[in-house]
Amino acid sequence: MSPRRLFAMAFKEMLQIWRDPHSLAIALLMPMMQMVLLGYGISLDIRGVPLCIYDQERSQTSRALVQRFVASDWFTGVRVLDSDRAVREVMDNGDCAGVVTIPVDFSRVFTTTGSGPVQAVFDATDSNTTNIAIGYAQGVVALTTADFEMRWAQAHGLLPRTVGAVDFQPRVWFNEGLESSYFIIPGVVAVILALVGAQLTSLTISREWERGTMEQLISTPVTALEVMLGKIVPYFLIGLFDAIFCLLAAIFWFHVPFRGSIVLLALTTALFTVVVLGIGYLLSVRIRSQLGASQIALILTLLPTTMLSGYTFPIDQMPAPIRAVSLLVYARYYVTILRAVFLKGSSALDLLGPILALALYALAIVWIAARAFRKSLD
Amino acid sequence: MTGNAPPAVVAEGLTKRFGAFTAVDGLDLTIATGEVVGFIGPNGAGKSTTIRMLCGLLRPSAGRASVAGFDVGRQPEAVRAHIGYMSQKFSLYGDLTCRENLRFFGGIYRVPRPVMEERIRFAIAMAGLEGREDRLVSTLAGGWKQRLALGCAILHRPPVLFLDEPTSGVEPEARRRFWDLIHTLAAGGVTILVSTHYMDEAEYCNRIALIDAGRLVAMGSPGELRGLDLGGALFELGGVAAGAALAALREMPGVIEAAIFGDRLHVLVRDAATAERMGPFLKRRAVEPGALRPIAPSLEDVFVRLVARRSEEEEGGGA
Ligand SMILES: Nc1ncnc2c1ncn2[C@@H]1O[C@H](COP(=O)(O)OP(=O)(O)OP(=O)(O)O)[C@@H](O)[C@H]1O
Ligand SMILES: [Mg+2]
Repeated sequence: MSPRRLFAMAFKEMLQIWRDPHSLAIALLMPMMQMVLLGYGISLDIRGVPLCIYDQERSQTSRALVQRFVASDWFTGVRVLDSDRAVREVMDNGDCAGVVTIPVDFSRVFTTTGSGPVQAVFDATDSNTTNIAIGYAQGVVALTTADFEMRWAQAHGLLPRTVGAVDFQPRVWFNEGLESSYFIIPGVVAVILALVGAQLTSLTISREWERGTMEQLISTPVTALEVMLGKIVPYFLIGLFDAIFCLLAAIFWFHVPFRGSIVLLALTTALFTVVVLGIGYLLSVRIRSQLGASQIALILTLLPTTMLSGYTFPIDQMPAPIRAVSLLVYARYYVTILRAVFLKGSSALDLLGPILALALYALAIVWIAARAFRKSLD
Repeated sequence: MTGNAPPAVVAEGLTKRFGAFTAVDGLDLTIATGEVVGFIGPNGAGKSTTIRMLCGLLRPSAGRASVAGFDVGRQPEAVRAHIGYMSQKFSLYGDLTCRENLRFFGGIYRVPRPVMEERIRFAIAMAGLEGREDRLVSTLAGGWKQRLALGCAILHRPPVLFLDEPTSGVEPEARRRFWDLIHTLAAGGVTILVSTHYMDEAEYCNRIALIDAGRLVAMGSPGELRGLDLGGALFELGGVAAGAALAALREMPGVIEAAIFGDRLHVLVRDAATAERMGPFLKRRAVEPGALRPIAPSLEDVFVRLVARRSEEEEGGGA
């Protein structure tokens, strides 16, 4: 490999990126927009929703439920009401996003049937907030009833799964595991990088074929490795820029606590960027049209990274075969690493498994990609 | 064309098949160092395919070839380091400036740094691009583009150049300039294989390789080719309604071939007696006979005849 040729290749590629402000804008702005949109959708949930609770029963069980609401991060200033009149009042004044009513016979119904009704009234003026609030309320109830259920089942000598649940089902659209947004935002960064990274390089080789410049290029002594590195290096810089932006947004905009090592974060991010760019490059080599390569890149990265990376859908709750498939999804390792570095301040040693998996992935992709490109028109 | 230098290009039985289709069929070709060889043939004859095999871009299906002493099949990288190539389709980077393209190829060919700037200046001067160095290549007219592409292809001073239709779609004045460059390079000892569709350009070559349907039909200097026996005598018929005369003459016994050249006809006849009968024959067919005179065959006459004869033979052989 000649450093001179590699530099010529990379410099040419950078000039071309620079001359194409449209794609450059996409490469730099897309991740920002996605970060704001995806991140914001999730961060809305953390902003405490004002909620009132009308506990008609005032039993031990119902108080436990109320306590759950009070302790939850998702609701602020949870007020406990004591009359129907108070309920109407707060709703009319708009003091609360909603009122959850625990009926007088809540415990009785629950202990006899294994299922208890909880009523909720929400102010639907701000439907978005409402949806989120309902989701959270459901989540709180679900978490509580899981406890109830367990105790009830034990008392009745039943296995927990066989008992009914409270009417409320834990269904929050983008946060199914009811994790805090702190948990999700790092995953968003991984998903964005995976999507954008593969897109960036998926165009590089196919563009030369489409414009007819490839024939001239491969008539020169440039090597396949120099072509690959020359193409990837400029996008690596763009990818890192995107990564830095997203990570900074996670910390300073979405206030995800950062407790780990910056060096570890930087190294694993670089490793992940190599993987995603390598995958895009590989597709670009194999599929000689820009449109085809970028479409395939999108399809190949979108579903696995959103569904199987564990960024919203917890991997340990997936059926075994799908869990096995998710081992192939490189984004899951980066999601794991980001979460651990951000929230737990984990060290490289703690994360040896996912780091090795990512490194192995990077090696394999680079190895395959370096061999994929043939200097031939055959 | 020094006598004892090894040939710059040698092809033996060079063949390229695309599936069942044979694009180049057992081509033998030897080009001496410093020669300018014109590669001529109709569309689809296999010119580009041959050049691509010689550049190591396509792997020969059979046969072998060596360029600058290196085998194209086994040492393609060594071949690439010793050749300059201009593909048929323009293939510099349109979104880069002239200078940036030159810098890029200079870097890729590892032109020694001390001479880099000088070579770039030379290429710019050669292409007549002074003052346009920093314009985007996509904004240049055809002639400039082609000269710049040539400039990029010779930055590393390769001993062998392959130029695939470098003057197609270029205006006549620019074509002449391009050929001046080719001859300047050849005078410096560079071996050049250049394909073209223009017959007048064939005259500028030391030798011409005529290729049709993947086979080498004839090879020789323009003089040698013009002197080839066409199997009869050539006459020019002027002052006639060309279309009607052509139709009539194609049915006349003793006429081997008739073809329209501008507003005249070139008629190849078996013997002088046939030429004498031509006037009366045309009159009987109600075509006003014009002026008939014997002419020496041009290169185009020769090519047309050779290509036609080859396909006649093929049909005859096939029947
Ligand atoms: N990659 C390929 N696959 C299949 N057929 C091909 C391929 N490349 C060329 N051919 C066919 O081989 C034949 C020779 O093509 P080639 O491009 O060498 O002709 P050419 O003499 O350069 O013609 P032109 O003057 O039009 O450039 C043509 O019939 C062409 O269609
Ligand atoms: Mg051609």
